[in-house]
Amino acid sequence: MTIEFETPKPIAQTQFVLKTVAENMMRPQSREMDENEHEIPFGYIEFMHNAMRSIGGGSLAPKEEKPKEGDEKKEKRPPIAYQNLAAQIEMLSWGDVGFYLVTPGGGLGAAAVQAAGTPEQRAKFLARFNEEKPTFAAMCMTEAGAGSDTSAIRTRAVLDEAANEWVINGEKIFVTAGEKSFNPREQFGKGFIVVWANIDPTAGRAGMRAFVVEAGTPGVKVVGLERKLGIRASDTATISLVDVRVPFENILGSPTVEKTTTGFKGAMATFDATRPLVAASGIGVARAALEFLKEKLAEGGVEIRYGLPRNKLTAVEKEVIDMEIQLRSAWLMVLKAVWMADNKKPNALESSMSKVRAGDVVTKITQKAVEIMGPLGYSREFLLEKWFRDAKITDIYEGTGQINRLVVARQILGYSGKELR
Amino acid sequence: MYSFEPNEEQQMLVDAVGKYAQNDLRPAAHDAEESRELPKKLISKGWELGFLQASIPEAYGGFGDRSAVTGALAMEEFAFGDLAGALAVLTPSLFAMPILLGGSEEQKQEYLPKVIEGDWTPYTAALIEYVFDFDPTALKTTATADGGDYVLSGEKAFVPFAKDAEAMIVYASLDGKTQGFIVPKGAAGLSVADEREKLMGLNALPMYRVKLDGVKVPAAKRLGGEAGHDFELILASMRIASASAAVGVAKASLEYATNYAKEREAFGVKIAQKQAIAFMLAEMAIEIEAMRLLTWEAAWKLDTGKEDAAQAAYLAFTGAADMAMMVTDRGVQILGGHGYIREHPVELWMRNGRGFAMLTGLAIV
Repeated sequence: MTIEFETPKPIAQTQFVLKTVAENMMRPQSREMDENEHEIPFGYIEFMHNAMRSIGGGSLAPKEEKPKEGDEKKEKRPPIAYQNLAAQIEMLSWGDVGFYLVTPGGGLGAAAVQAAGTPEQRAKFLARFNEEKPTFAAMCMTEAGAGSDTSAIRTRAVLDEAANEWVINGEKIFVTAGEKSFNPREQFGKGFIVVWANIDPTAGRAGMRAFVVEAGTPGVKVVGLERKLGIRASDTATISLVDVRVPFENILGSPTVEKTTTGFKGAMATFDATRPLVAASGIGVARAALEFLKEKLAEGGVEIRYGLPRNKLTAVEKEVIDMEIQLRSAWLMVLKAVWMADNKKPNALESSMSKVRAGDVVTKITQKAVEIMGPLGYSREFLLEKWFRDAKITDIYEGTGQINRLVVARQILGYSGKELR
Repeated sequence: MYSFEPNEEQQMLVDAVGKYAQNDLRPAAHDAEESRELPKKLISKGWELGFLQASIPEAYGGFGDRSAVTGALAMEEFAFGDLAGALAVLTPSLFAMPILLGGSEEQKQEYLPKVIEGDWTPYTAALIEYVFDFDPTALKTTATADGGDYVLSGEKAFVPFAKDAEAMIVYASLDGKTQGFIVPKGAAGLSVADEREKLMGLNALPMYRVKLDGVKVPAAKRLGGEAGHDFELILASMRIASASAAVGVAKASLEYATNYAKEREAFGVKIAQKQAIAFMLAEMAIEIEAMRLLTWEAAWKLDTGKEDAAQAAYLAFTGAADMAMMVTDRGVQILGGHGYIREHPVELWMRNGRGFAMLTGLAIV
């Protein structure tokens, strides 16, 4: 091993391609999609689906890197799938994070199947993303009374042994792409939602399991779409489940409850993988804002004099230099977390650290950029004010900054959830 | 490729320096600061780890190649033990490293073997000046061409071991650009103050004001010879060193505060079990890691000759200095009243932590 920061060629290539996509397909439509919430950017979705299919994936999710025949003689290349994914997400979010969130290919739903499913389940549920139509999947975790405290989840799943089916009841909120996954338009393929429910409430978190619920399953209803501060191109659904029946084999993880928290840990393992990706997305938004700011400052004849001691810099120079420090270091933390994931190193700590840091810095950077741009920053004629609104979600979803601080603190203190509540 | 793990050789160095920092530097730090004296044996033991020697090629008496990344790793470990001790052990680098990076072939041949052979010998450098807006790229000390020679005039401050130094590099402004000049002990016009600098921290490190009253330097002793050298590269290497040292000091404070918070009880629980404290610790850990990675990347850019290496080093240095202040302040805060008492080291780290932003030029890797 060694310490190095050279962007691997395949990553540089995808970044190059996605930058073109961002500039040509996302940015020109950014404002329109923001002002017309719940509109769907079909062109982008179609394009991305075809592009991803042509390279054999149908989704952004990392493919398992199988050694090709004849590869043995060559030196084995270190895995970079998660690093590549983080770089893709950063670039797409630089284009428009709302669009990125409606990239077809399974999102968090597929990630849950990938993380907690058996090989058979993966084969069964994930193949659809590579078919003709763009297809979505969503994760249903949050409830009105259960956000970060997932042990408070009330949704129940009961096994009907006679029918060999699970019967699920409950209501889920904040389901990203819930509408596109469960009620696909004709342009889209049949998706699914992954619903977290308890199979044994007396066991608490140990009873928590995820269930794959196919689009169109009776008893499931999308009862509403949220209207949000930002990321408006992405639909955020409320989904009710009344006596929803799913086949026995749609449970992810073991159907029996031992008094351990493995079920819950399945969900948390998903988060280890996805937190740095959420961080990467926020960093893309903040980079867009910072680049815009620097461009406008340069147009206005304001030069940033790197290299000067602090007490010789102007206030604006200080801010910009600070933003660059924050943004770059946040990105390096993301890279380290995904590099660890690629190399099968446990990364719960680094993953949460990168999320906390990104949540903080992208919020601050976009806020400051608006401030420095004055009336131009506040105007809807530019995208800066939208990036400010879009960036804020980074510090909220996939665990708020506070929850992730708790995770980090427990890790560095060696405390359990009981010892540090 | 991205990769975040030291190689085997680097890890061995990190382990060795870490052991020295933990077992030698740290236990001596308190008394050294209070008595304003570092035991010579302590410095020699650190010197014998061979960090500088391993950065200098065989042709000049060393046994390795310089790497800023390796330097950053070592610097963090040294500073984790004690900053004053770390700077003392590495003071000869202030002289040798600029010669390695920017010196002429003759200068390398003449000086490098001398510096690194045998026991630790004081060779140093004078960059800092006693003005509020000290800026390494706009020095008040001047170098003026005079026939084939240069004449140095001005005053330098905070020069480590200036009193005993065999030779020092004096940085001065030559036509508005910073350049280094090699000045031997006892040069005419060179005077070192009798009194040591009195500073907020770093009291174990003997530092002096140095006056240059028309000191003549032959053209061959301008760093890099007649053609001069790229000061930006030297400055970047200094900034990497500062940034890594800031990370090391901050790490020390975090570790101490963490252990304290897990021992100290209030209202029936350890204070670390309170989110108010736990979150502070988490944020400290996150900031340290962020600046460590930023420093590593800047060092790597320097090693690989990337165009923006100097700017990256500046950003890492600036960010790490802020981070060190934030973290060491919190280290004191978490210990409460005890943090303010000199029996605990956190107040010393806070004093040392404040220095990074303005004290470029006390270390180089």
